[in-house]
Amino acid sequence: MSVSLTVNGTRHTSPAAPDTPLLYVLRNDIGINSAKYGCGVAQCGACTVLLDGQPIRSCVYPASAAAAGKLTTLEGLGTPQRLHVLQQAFIQEQAAQCGFCISGMIMSAKALLDRVPDPGEAQIHEALAGNLCRCGTHTRIVRAIQRAAKELA
Amino acid sequence: MTAGLRRRALLQGGSLTVLFSLSSLLPAVAQAPASAVLPGSLNGNRQLDSWLRINADGTVTMFTGKVELGQGILTALTQIVSDELDVDTRRLQVVSGDTSLTPNEGVTAGSLSIQDSGTALQFACAEARSLLLAAAATRLGADAADLVVNDGTISLARGGKSTTYWELSGDASLRREATAKALPKSSKLHRLVGQSVQRRDIPAKVTGGEAYVQDLRLPGMVHGRVVRPAAPRARLVNVDLAAVSAMPGVLKVVRDGSFLAVAASREEQAIAAARALQASARWSEPGDLPPVGAALFAYMRAQRTADTVVNEKANSAVAATGATRLVADYTRPYQAHASIGPSCAVAQWNDGKLRVWSHTQGVFPLRADMAKVLRVPPASITVTHREGSGCYGHNGADDVALDAALLARALPGTPVRLQWMREDEFGWEPLGSAMTMQLRASLDPSGKVVDWQHDVWSYTHNTRPNDPDGSNLLAAWSLQEPLPVAPARNIPQPAGGSDRNAVPLYDFPQQKVVNHLLVDMPIRTSALRTLGAYGNVFALESFMDELAGMAGMDPVEFRLAHLRDPRGRAVIERVASMAGWKKTAAADTRNPKAPVGSGVLKGRGIGFSKYKNLAAYCAVVAEVSVDPRSGAVKVDRAWAAVDAGLVINPDGLRNQIEGGIIQSTSWTLHESAPHDASRLLSRNWADYRILRFPEVPVVLVDLINRPDEKPLGVGEGAQGPTVAAIANAIASATGRRPRDLPLDGARIQALLA
Repeated sequence: MSVSLTVNGTRHTSPAAPDTPLLYVLRNDIGINSAKYGCGVAQCGACTVLLDGQPIRSCVYPASAAAAGKLTTLEGLGTPQRLHVLQQAFIQEQAAQCGFCISGMIMSAKALLDRVPDPGEAQIHEALAGNLCRCGTHTRIVRAIQRAAKELA
Repeated sequence: MTAGLRRRALLQGGSLTVLFSLSSLLPAVAQAPASAVLPGSLNGNRQLDSWLRINADGTVTMFTGKVELGQGILTALTQIVSDELDVDTRRLQVVSGDTSLTPNEGVTAGSLSIQDSGTALQFACAEARSLLLAAAATRLGADAADLVVNDGTISLARGGKSTTYWELSGDASLRREATAKALPKSSKLHRLVGQSVQRRDIPAKVTGGEAYVQDLRLPGMVHGRVVRPAAPRARLVNVDLAAVSAMPGVLKVVRDGSFLAVAASREEQAIAAARALQASARWSEPGDLPPVGAALFAYMRAQRTADTVVNEKANSAVAATGATRLVADYTRPYQAHASIGPSCAVAQWNDGKLRVWSHTQGVFPLRADMAKVLRVPPASITVTHREGSGCYGHNGADDVALDAALLARALPGTPVRLQWMREDEFGWEPLGSAMTMQLRASLDPSGKVVDWQHDVWSYTHNTRPNDPDGSNLLAAWSLQEPLPVAPARNIPQPAGGSDRNAVPLYDFPQQKVVNHLLVDMPIRTSALRTLGAYGNVFALESFMDELAGMAGMDPVEFRLAHLRDPRGRAVIERVASMAGWKKTAAADTRNPKAPVGSGVLKGRGIGFSKYKNLAAYCAVVAEVSVDPRSGAVKVDRAWAAVDAGLVINPDGLRNQIEGGIIQSTSWTLHESAPHDASRLLSRNWADYRILRFPEVPVVLVDLINRPDEKPLGVGEGAQGPTVAAIANAIASATGRRPRDLPLDGARIQALLA
């Protein structure tokens, strides 16, 4: 039993059973930190990653179902030395308190900006309605996404 | 030469008393013997090198017992150290919350970290700097007063010879007891204090760095899960351990009394094994939870309580003749911390010694309680802080650390990562206590309050680890050899626990505040951000509006008419000005108007408090829309004015206040942790709803910086004023007075019916 995945451009093989939630394969076999366990039932968005550009909840997504596609995690957007525009914008806006939800926020935002390059505030709210933040950093997160959108334009 | 150095030189020549009185940061400590009270946490951790080490490699290691919870404290502390020591922040290495390395500063709570740790580091740095300058003076054959420091390089102000902290690290030993006799710099000389320095921890958090205890991966680490019943105090009757032990990857199943946990090689195997254990486990549930709904509060008022008159002011000169009396009852439900990331810890036993990595708020109190439960000396346990998800008080962080240690004990040498599932966190974190408040006041014909009484009934708001009696760690209560639950205690005034912020800051001629602490605790409660202040400020500030309505006065005007404290007045006036407050009499909700029609109703309200009556001043204005058909409330905008004394990091402070307003909006509009006769019923985010993006208000924050005042804690400043502002805005919009939280659609619909 094993499952092979393409994560941030690299092919990995994991000994996990095929129906293992993608989250555990990403975190424990591939060393991804960004995708977080928050609820395990696709309610909070902390585990969000992109599969062929579409946001998915990795905590309920069977690893084998992602085998044929290209997975992107926050680590695949940029590095501390070469930040992605969204990562840069989140730093500039200091759009985090504890930051536990932030990976999921940025991945949802990436999917939004790929689809809608210049989203209004209501569109951002709608796109992030399934991502929960408990610290109350929402207004900064929205500002960071708007800043990134401007810089990408 | 800088003014700071002149002040220091003068200090070293004597005349301490006068100079100390110049510094608002200083408590009364002047020129006392070695056992003197030292400022902040320096008092309990008196060695200079327990706070600071100057390294020969050009770096400085700073130590703090306070920990990062997402509030930006470590960044703020580096600003203080950098300014006081004249060293660039890039040279600073921060060691935080480790029982083997850092000072013991208790818990990181109560918005006290700047006051406790910031003050200690500031004085430690000032003293270290003066020791280093004295050593430099000797080495350079110069007068210390002629020296300047730039990023650790000490030179003569007029140029020429120089040396560095790093060269002097052997000459000026910090292995000595602090005296606090070197005066910190005046705020005028601060470079980084007062600046919006970017947080040190955010880059790793936005790039997938190893930022949390959840991300810790030790060689050979295995995965654990705990299995708990659906009800508090349920006992494990039987469970099939053998079947689960044979499941793939399972390394160990531990049963100790009613404590049940499993370790497996892979995380998904541990989860599968825990589910199998749960499926086979039979529990007996005592069914001893209090009633629900309105009956809960009647029940609470009928229980055994320990009563304390926490504040009383009598004035026989005040006549109550012609006064109108008002009595109102308010309630606040049980509420959850509901951290986004469930609690997690890593534990490893080696030769009888235990290492624990935890997102606890207090590594030392956790160690003490764990030692008691595990029956080992505290010195055999090392607890190291690693960040977790925001906690907002006492959540499952400490409990999961003991769970991990109990499971790891059965696998000596193996590091065990134990992650609570979402339902563990909702089912077992201590809740913020339900509260019921009764307020009574008399208003004289001129619209002045002539007497005031505030009674609060509440379970305890503090059951943190390290109580002298029993244990406050969850698993301790269900072991084969259990420890008892520690007794309910209240945090005494002036900070207060249940009665936090129940003492009015207003100037009433007569007042009485009584705390009724419920002695028995059927549902586990502990510190949720602000403790009792959220409920008390809701009641107190709602009642102020009710009285203003009776007096036919504007809410802002009514508050100012009863408040002398100039800093309190200033935040109220500032927020009113920010919001463009229009003077209008508060709604007189004693005689509600006729049915309100079907259009959306708009209203504004104000709320004010000085957190704990000791920390930051904050006034909030909220603007709400109420849909009278559904009862749904939307907070459209919120304005806040804050006075936190000397501001260390303005953006960090704004972030805390913005977050506090949004979190309190969520508590206020949605949150109530349900239970039935036997069980707590929240298991996931569908059962426990919190605010989502489309519901978030526009928030505007204004800071009143007072560089000559001491810094005041701000992390919990906004929650009380926000709930009151929202409630008052709803009353203003609808003419009806909401007195029972949360202010959700069903409640408001019923209010308008």
